[in-house]
Order: sequence, then C-alpha cells, then structure tokens
Amino acid sequence: MQDLLFYVFAAVALIAGFLAVANPFSRNPLASALFLAVALVAVSGLFVLLHAFFLGAVQILIYAGAVMVLFLFVIMLLDLREEQKRRARKVAAGLASALALALAALISAAALAGGGPADPPALEGGARALGRALFTDFLLPFEIVAVLLVAAMVGVVWLSRKEAA
Amino acid sequence: MNMEGILALTGWGGLRWVGPVELFERGPVWLRDWAVGWLPEGAKVWAEGLIPAVAVLAVFGLLFGLATVAERKLLGRIQNRPGPNRVGPYGWLQFAADGVKMLTKEDVVPRSADRVLHFLAPIVMLAPVALSLAVIPYGRDLVAADPRCGLLFFFAVGSAAEVAAFMAGWSSRNKYSLLGAMRAIAQMISYELPLVLSALTVVMMAGSLSLVEIVEAQSGYWWGVIPRWHVMTPWGLAGLLLFMAAAAAASNRAPFDLPEGESEIIGGFMTEYSGFKYAIFFMGEYFGMFAVSGLAVTLFLGGWQAPLAVLEAAPSYGWFFLKLGVMIAWFIWVRGTLPRLRVDHLLNFGWKYLLPLGALNLLVAMVWRGLGGWAFPGAGAVRWLACLAMIGLPAILWGRLLMRSRGWGPRVYRYAS
Repeated sequence: MQDLLFYVFAAVALIAGFLAVANPFSRNPLASALFLAVALVAVSGLFVLLHAFFLGAVQILIYAGAVMVLFLFVIMLLDLREEQKRRARKVAAGLASALALALAALISAAALAGGGPADPPALEGGARALGRALFTDFLLPFEIVAVLLVAAMVGVVWLSRKEAA
Repeated sequence: MNMEGILALTGWGGLRWVGPVELFERGPVWLRDWAVGWLPEGAKVWAEGLIPAVAVLAVFGLLFGLATVAERKLLGRIQNRPGPNRVGPYGWLQFAADGVKMLTKEDVVPRSADRVLHFLAPIVMLAPVALSLAVIPYGRDLVAADPRCGLLFFFAVGSAAEVAAFMAGWSSRNKYSLLGAMRAIAQMISYELPLVLSALTVVMMAGSLSLVEIVEAQSGYWWGVIPRWHVMTPWGLAGLLLFMAAAAAASNRAPFDLPEGESEIIGGFMTEYSGFKYAIFFMGEYFGMFAVSGLAVTLFLGGWQAPLAVLEAAPSYGWFFLKLGVMIAWFIWVRGTLPRLRVDHLLNFGWKYLLPLGALNLLVAMVWRGLGGWAFPGAGAVRWLACLAMIGLPAILWGRLLMRSRGWGPRVYRYAS
C-alpha cells in the first residue's frame, strides 16, 4: 500500500510538473500555475509517506496555499495575451533541456551506483524535533532568514508607499 | 481498552450487559468495531478509515441541512418575522425541499468561461473543508484521524479555499466574480494570521499540535467546580474572542461576508454559479463554519469534556455537539445583528487590531505560565487579574486610539479618482 501510494504521488507530481512547464493543451500561464499547485500537493504526499508530517503540512500551507495565490495574482497583472503568443527561444530551450537531462543523468547515476540503505531508518520529522533543531543547531541561519524576510517586507511597504506621495 | 466491548458485541451470544451510561458513551465505537468485524482481513484497514469518514460526512451533511433552516428561523426571529414554517413540522424539512430545488435547477455555464476550472472550483472548495473535519475529536476516542500535527493539518487543508475562490472567480470571466475572488483571497490571507496566532497560544500552553492531546490537556476541574478549559484563563478568553472574530472572517460569515456582498458585487465569486454547483459552494461555506466552530470548541472550550463532574454521565459527543450548536447560534446571532463592513475597515481591523492583540496574547500566555509558581494566599486571583489587565487594557486603549485617529471626512480613492 505504501509503495502503491508512492507511485501514485510520484506519477501525479511528474505529470503535473511536466504540464506546468509544457502544456500541449493550453499556453495559459494560469493553467501552468494550477498544475504547479497539483505537483506541490503530490510532493507533500511524498513527504507524508516519509513520515515527515510537519514538512508535508507546511508544504501545503505555504506553497500550495499562500505562495500559489501570490503567483496567481502576479499572473493576473501580466498581459496574458502577450504571454500566450510568446514562443520559447531555441537556444534557451536547448540549454534548459541539456541541463535537465544532465540533472536526470546525475540523479539516476547516484541512485543506480550507491543506492540508499535498503531499509532506511524511520525519519523523525515531528514538529518537536524540527523546532529543537531550529532553535539550537541552526539558530543563526534561522535568525538571518527572519531578518531577510523582514527586510523584504519593509522594502515592499516602502516601495508601495512612495508611489502614493 | 475496548476489547471486551468488541468481543461482547461481535461474538455470537457473547452479549454482555452494559449500563446506559457506558452504552451511549462507547456505542459509536462498538458499532464501528462490530461492522468492521464482519469484513475479511484485507478489507478491515480500508473499512476502519472509511466508516468514520462516512459517519462524519453523514452527520455534518444533516447538520448542514438543519443549520440552514435554523439560521433562517433565527434570522426571522431577530427580524420579527416567522421564517420558514411550511415544509414539514414547524418548517424543519425546508432543507430537503431546497435540496430538490437545487438539484433540478438548470446548470448554467457562461459561454466564455473556462469550463474545466469552472467545474472544479466547487469541488476544490468542499473537499479540503471536509478533510479538515477529520482531525477534530468529537468525543472520547471518536476522531476520524489523529495525526501528530492535527492542528497544522487543519490549517494546511484550509488554505486550499483561497485557490478555490480564485479558480471560481477567474474561470467565470465576470468582473464581479473576479472582484469577489480578490476580496475573498485578501480577506482569507489577512485573517489567517490572527486565526493561527490565537491557536498558537493554545499549542504553546498545551505543548502539543495534536487536537486529541489538546482536549486531554483541558480535563479536570479547579476546586472541583470550574472546568480546566482554556477559556477559563485570561489568555484563553482573549484567545477565544480573537479566534472567533478571525474565524467569522475566514469562513466568509457576516459581518465579514464582503466576498459575496450582494449590494455591491452581486454574488462575488459565486455570481456565475447556479444549481447544484452553487449548493456545493454553500455547503462548503457551512462546512467551513462547522470546522472553525469545532476547532474553537476543541481549542478553548474543552472539546468533548463535560462542564461539571456530575454531568460526565452524558455522552461526550453530546457535549461536543451542544457546544458546537452554541457556536453556530453565535454565528447566526452576529449575522442578524451587525451590518457588513467596508473593505478597508475589514483589512484595517485584521492587520492593525487583531494581529497585534494576537501577538500580545502570546506574551500574556507566557506571563501566565511564568506566574504559575506564586504561592501566597490569593495568588490565583491576583495572577488572573494581572494577566487579564495585560491583555484587556491594551485592547480597549488601542481600540480607542484607532477610532480617534479616524476623522470623518470625504474619502480619497487612490486609483479611482
């Protein structure tokens, strides 16, 4: 049952991810964004299968919920018709495909060569363990990220204020 | 724990006499185990997940119907008119007639709408809300799923409603739909913060994200009379008030029902929906109200715990649904009493008032725990009043200050003038 669910979630994530970047049915950026949301939900299903419940829940709460809505708003502010007409540049597409293939080759080589332990130990992904790690071993990076986010927020407020004056 | 109960009811002729108290308290669990006992080994895992799911959906489906009638009757009473009283005894079967009407109505889809998204939006609205009902403990051992991060799961699936509102508003190709969706999303994102902050206070004090453990942390009585519910502490009282204000906004209930303010933008993101799709949106909204009310009961009002030790003979799920009914009545009462807010008032209220007070409440809870060591006579009362003053005075003063800075005058529109 676990294996079956893994294949279901993995397949959904891959198919939705593919449709997000190269949708043969519509070139609408909104469809891409919604497929990205589906892929994110499937990935959080994979997290839950790894017993990382906290990570899975946070993935949905932040990425599939808040960040996705931000994406949708930004897309609405773009000119959709212009975006739909635009063709991908040949060089960029070739470079991106080559990079993706190299990454896939790297991952599959790593998986085939060493492989993980046949029976991976159960992950301790609870909120308690994560919180303890964040506030002891990773306190400085955690605080730096917090300051960074506050700086970004203050910047946005300042930029939107200036326009009104 | 309930093994003998299972044996008693599943074994042939092995029925054992149980008292009425135990029968009502354990009955639902026995019934589930009895039903599962009939099935072959392979199907048992599925049935143990499926039976609670069906039970939750059936109970809340019926509650949805009854709540719509109760809301109309209560609103009628508030507005000095009878309300629905024709269908069935005292009009209580009105929801069945409404359901049939909705089912047989024509399903209109605008020609330029995005048909797939237009179809999917009501489903994306309802399914996550139904999922969030799964983690609420309805009684002793009566919970469909108890993940270790139950509260987080609740908020995570709840965030899908924003995407659903956007899908509905955008796919309809209607200005009012899109405006309604933007209002809904702005409101849901702003009010999610005070909602989560006030729930976080409880998580900090109970030391767990599991809703079952949060209910268990509220068991027992002070001096044998006052239940140890979180609402009986100053931070819990303030938390409940903040939570309910934010919950009304998060579930699009009046006075925060701007996303569907019919006097301004017709029906908001539901403008282009008719027939059963509209009914599903309606159902999602009511399920959302039940879910946040159930969460408020679980976090602050002791969940399924009885208010007095002598009343523990009544079944625990009875207490839960009684408290849930009180919360729903509160929602209806507020809807019948308060006028709808304006958009900027709504967002100011959320960001400038509820959010700072929610953060302050977190501090008050810390002080409450820090003062727990006091041992002189009357320490409890002093601690209680000190913490209440810490949250109550800023609430009143900050509210006055915000009201004073708002002078009356012509309003300046930034983009429209």
